[in-house]
Amino acid sequence: MEVSRQKLPALGTDLGDLSGEDFRIRQLRARDMLRGDLEGRELDAYVEERVLTTTMDKAVAWARSNALFPATFGLACCAIEMMSIVAARVDVARFGFEAFRASPRQADLLILSGRISIKMAPVVRRIYDQMLEPKWAIAMGACSSSMGVFNNYAIVPADKFMPVDVHVPGCPPRPEALMHGILKLRKMIQDDPDMGWREGYGARGTEEVVSADDQETAINVFRPGNTAGA
Amino acid sequence: MSITPSTGASDYRKLEESITMAPMERLESPEDTSQELLTLNMGPHHPATHGVLRLLITLDGEIVRDLKPIIGYVHTGIEKTAEDKSYWKVIPVVERMDYLAYYFNAMAFCGATETLLEVEVPKRAQYLRVIHMELNRIMSHLVWLGTSALDLGAMSMFWYCFRDRELVLDLFEQSSGQRMHTRYFQVGGVIEDVPRGWVEKVREFTAQMPSRVDQYKDLLANNEIVLQRLRGVCPLGEPETRALGVTGPLLRATGNPWDLRKAMPYSSYEDFDFKIPVGLDGDNWDRFAVRVAEIYESVKIIDQALDGLPEGPWITEDRKVALPPRHELATSMEALIHHFKLVTEGFRVPPGEVYFPIESPRGELGCFVRSDGSSKPARVHMRDPSFVNLQATAPMTEGSYIADLIATLAMLDPVLGGIDR
Repeated sequence: MEVSRQKLPALGTDLGDLSGEDFRIRQLRARDMLRGDLEGRELDAYVEERVLTTTMDKAVAWARSNALFPATFGLACCAIEMMSIVAARVDVARFGFEAFRASPRQADLLILSGRISIKMAPVVRRIYDQMLEPKWAIAMGACSSSMGVFNNYAIVPADKFMPVDVHVPGCPPRPEALMHGILKLRKMIQDDPDMGWREGYGARGTEEVVSADDQETAINVFRPGNTAGA
Repeated sequence: MSITPSTGASDYRKLEESITMAPMERLESPEDTSQELLTLNMGPHHPATHGVLRLLITLDGEIVRDLKPIIGYVHTGIEKTAEDKSYWKVIPVVERMDYLAYYFNAMAFCGATETLLEVEVPKRAQYLRVIHMELNRIMSHLVWLGTSALDLGAMSMFWYCFRDRELVLDLFEQSSGQRMHTRYFQVGGVIEDVPRGWVEKVREFTAQMPSRVDQYKDLLANNEIVLQRLRGVCPLGEPETRALGVTGPLLRATGNPWDLRKAMPYSSYEDFDFKIPVGLDGDNWDRFAVRVAEIYESVKIIDQALDGLPEGPWITEDRKVALPPRHELATSMEALIHHFKLVTEGFRVPPGEVYFPIESPRGELGCFVRSDGSSKPARVHMRDPSFVNLQATAPMTEGSYIADLIATLAMLDPVLGGIDR
């Protein structure tokens, strides 16, 4: 999503300094406003005094970072610990990440909770591809970050086939550690809204756009009346 | 940029696309469109398959006609990795097979190795093993109860069960430092004695656990929806179940009281007085009831083991197998040599092969170890109960509704880490 970095247009400001007014005058002004007596620049100044302005980017990033929907996607041991962050003790709902979505279309956070085998890697990649942007991924545990204790033929680290934003160490990580990872991700999103995987991996311009000729053969593109493969 | 499946698609994509959602064949007469069969792909990413299990289901309307499980999505090569490591370094690797029964995996491997070595395990270690394994059984059944209830639509059960699971994990953390994959069992005993105050903590837990299970039973067993989803659904008789090699609660649900803790006692299970819960019909309700009843029995075993917990060493005195105590390293040259040999090379095991079966929360978990006389096993193989039990899915669910398949899969309690290894 393209977000313009533009400050909201400032309203009329050359009305003189209102800060010196005492409380009584403010009260009268508020009463006038409610009555509809304030007009023009006076009204503008009144509204501006009471509106918190910020950049669009920051507001969007704040909203996004506080309502991440993780995908319901468990792989191995770590999945049990991932389930327990929703449970009573750690209770991820305190931060607003408890809405696990079974469909990747509705999720914007993929937690790779466990070991990814060579056979599973294309599936994981496909689930990640099916998620709508902006999207983030957390590699939970040693296996999905670096193959962990199984340094063998069967396991592939997540970074080899998809972009990962946060790595959480542990085998398996405690629920608190995963929680910390999610909060780190929240901080990343809030501090730098552009810290999606495209910017991180320099992947601007690689968006998949299906041309009109390929509409018929394209997979994963919704067409009315035909849901196969979508 | 465009996507063209003809050029860019991998073999996997082709395979995946070969499964169409279109009607496939007709059962009887070509005119009768009500008899179309539909092939449905479920998984490997599906919340109700309890892991990355993939099922190819042939549906006749809502009725399941055929079912093929496709496994291997968490194949980790653990058995092969085990051949590369010295015996005592295999323990953390095999623990990660069935990730809800890590103490059992470690017990099966350690038991097999101890049999090959002919090492005597001290009584205290045997009792500590029993306590930890039964705590693990309770924990595994709690996870099963919570997630299965979630599959049936009972949301709050998940929170209650995971609350109690945390209590068990706190005990594991106290005794070993880790919540999961604790590596507490060691060849010849356990790695350390339990810390002071631990026994009292376990007693606190066992005192409250039966009343908690009472509550859960009251919540679920009197619930009309749960009863309708479970009672009389997807039964499988004792002969068929046994013929498929199914063990554990699934076999006991059919009325066969086969439990290795009674049949072939290991680790001093013969010292304890407990019952084997069995079912009558082998339907989903019995599978549910047997597991819930097993939690009470596990609590009983833990209490007895705590009462009779003997004093003494917690690991064998055989310095060729077990690490010497820390304080000896500063004073004894011999201890230093033993420590060095064990840490660098590990102990050597006499040639031979052994199969050591134990009763895991899901059934007979057996470990086959073959030794060629070196310090690394020549072959490690696990007979995982989930793997064998999974093949009963198709005969259980044939002719039932697809919604009942979800309930049956939940009551089957497969752990994919154990199946694929």
